[in-house]
Amino acid sequence: MGEPSATEPEQPGEREAGEPVIATRALTKRYRGGQLAVDGLDLTVPAGSVFGFLGPNGSGKTTTIRMLMGLIEPTSGTARILGRPMPGATRAVLPHVGALIEGPALYGFLSGRDNLLRHDCADPAADPRTRRARVAAALDRVGLTAAAGKKAKAYSLGMKQRLGLAAALLQPRRLLVLDEPTNGLDPQGMREIRTLIRELASDGTTVFLSSHLLDEIEQVCTHAAVMAQGRLLTQGPVADLAAGARGRLVVTTPDPAEAARVLKEQGVGDLAVTGDRVTGEVPDRDLAEVNAALVAAGVRVRGFTVERASLEDAFVALTGEGFDVAG
Amino acid sequence: MSRAEAAPTVRPVSPWWTLGLLRNELTTTFRRWRTLALLAVLAGVPILVGIAVRIETGDGSPPGGGGGEGPAFIAQITNNGLFLVFTALAATLPFFLPMAVGVVAGDAIAGEAGAGTLRYLLVAPAGRTRLLLTKYATVVLFCLAATLVVAVSALAVGALLFPLGDLTTISGTRIGFAEGLGRALLIALAVAASLTGVAALGLFVSTLTNSGIAAMATTVGLLITVQILDQIPQLHALQPYLFSHYWLSFADLMREPVYWDELRKNLGLQALYAAVFGTAAWARFTTKDITA
Repeated sequence: MGEPSATEPEQPGEREAGEPVIATRALTKRYRGGQLAVDGLDLTVPAGSVFGFLGPNGSGKTTTIRMLMGLIEPTSGTARILGRPMPGATRAVLPHVGALIEGPALYGFLSGRDNLLRHDCADPAADPRTRRARVAAALDRVGLTAAAGKKAKAYSLGMKQRLGLAAALLQPRRLLVLDEPTNGLDPQGMREIRTLIRELASDGTTVFLSSHLLDEIEQVCTHAAVMAQGRLLTQGPVADLAAGARGRLVVTTPDPAEAARVLKEQGVGDLAVTGDRVTGEVPDRDLAEVNAALVAAGVRVRGFTVERASLEDAFVALTGEGFDVAG
Repeated sequence: MSRAEAAPTVRPVSPWWTLGLLRNELTTTFRRWRTLALLAVLAGVPILVGIAVRIETGDGSPPGGGGGEGPAFIAQITNNGLFLVFTALAATLPFFLPMAVGVVAGDAIAGEAGAGTLRYLLVAPAGRTRLLLTKYATVVLFCLAATLVVAVSALAVGALLFPLGDLTTISGTRIGFAEGLGRALLIALAVAASLTGVAALGLFVSTLTNSGIAAMATTVGLLITVQILDQIPQLHALQPYLFSHYWLSFADLMREPVYWDELRKNLGLQALYAAVFGTAAWARFTTKDITA
């Protein structure tokens, strides 16, 4: 992990817009104990996306993020951020990247403001003349202005999390890597952070968001990838992933037996009857005709809907288990 | 906040940036209560020695007459308060000073790793080599600050409790008070330089672990071990390579003319330790997986 010279001619990201912000090829990390943490990862994060990175605890998410940030050297494979190789181009790439990795880490004996000033001092691309103004703006953006002078050891977990986010926002970034950004926040704080992420994304910042809260990913992410046991199970637009686990047709009726018979005739497979609910796979034909057939057969229909599959359904279908089970 | 269009270019890096990082590192280090407590303990040593000598010689008898030898120069303090500077440095150099340096050096990298702040400094990105050099520079400046705290505290106590004036060198010649002050400053610099080897050793240990406490304890443990080895006569072949072996050579600055031989050996040995353990720390730190 040598340090590249400061005078690299090519600026990251000034290439064709279609290039992914993060691209890994067969990225692999085997720790010294022989444990394979990440196994042949091919991850592609498109520019401008809000990318959800999902996986149970111990699935290799954090190791991947640390390799992307140049903290851990890959055993094999390559990682490119903003079109430049990591960890080779650390000096040129990382000033464009704001990161919150495995929770915030603060100097308890320094105030919130001094923590940010120190972080900014460590960034070679940060202009010392605008330092105080940028720190004040970042504190304001995460709602910490009132607590800026307090020692960080007196901060609650939520405040620490906000300060960590503020550090990632000290400069305009092209990529934000946020590992569990809403951890420790109350529901109001979570909503604020989600709003902030959407704001940043609408400004054109690519956001790489790792989380174990599926509904959070579903609410803010445009793309997602799922990891388990060091391997990438799937990646793509969130809508496609959810569609992968198909929705189900749900008919609510006081005549379930008759409804099931008609639905079968209409080509609906995998039928199940529970009480007054008849569910089945969504058929390829027009659903209006299916409904008309039910009514024509004298079935009294109370409800006729397609229940959309959630990302959680997709996730369970992929991993074959509950989300929070360690891999 | 600024729009994405304003983002793309990285500002050309100012060559002064590293100094900004160093300045921040220095203020961070010297604002810690722990650092201030270490310096306060060091400042307290000359006060204790001064008061003890004053009480013991209150009846006019020479100090140390009650039996046993004190640190170098202690017998001269009653004649000239300036000697308290030399005595205090001689008293703190074997243990208090290097222990304080070991605490600061041992914590330098390991403490940041333990707190998790190391990963944020590295993704800022501070650069591993640059961060290590900044840390070493800070520890070396702490060596200087710690030594000067002892010297200034001793000078103040000496001036308060004892007369000041011309002084007699070890060689028996008389030198003026101004030159004596100059020699005192030179001695403080020599003592500070004596600590740079321990500083490099501590920094190396600090790159090996993610626990600041473990790094501090190991460094101080090594310090004590080396001090003990330096006392075992059977190991005389090894002793010239122990970093503490020529520490007390600073007394030679009180000779007329100054006897440079051992002073030079001391500086060379410290430079050797700094080079060897500095390189080892660099090799370790620049290739290490940061998992904390």
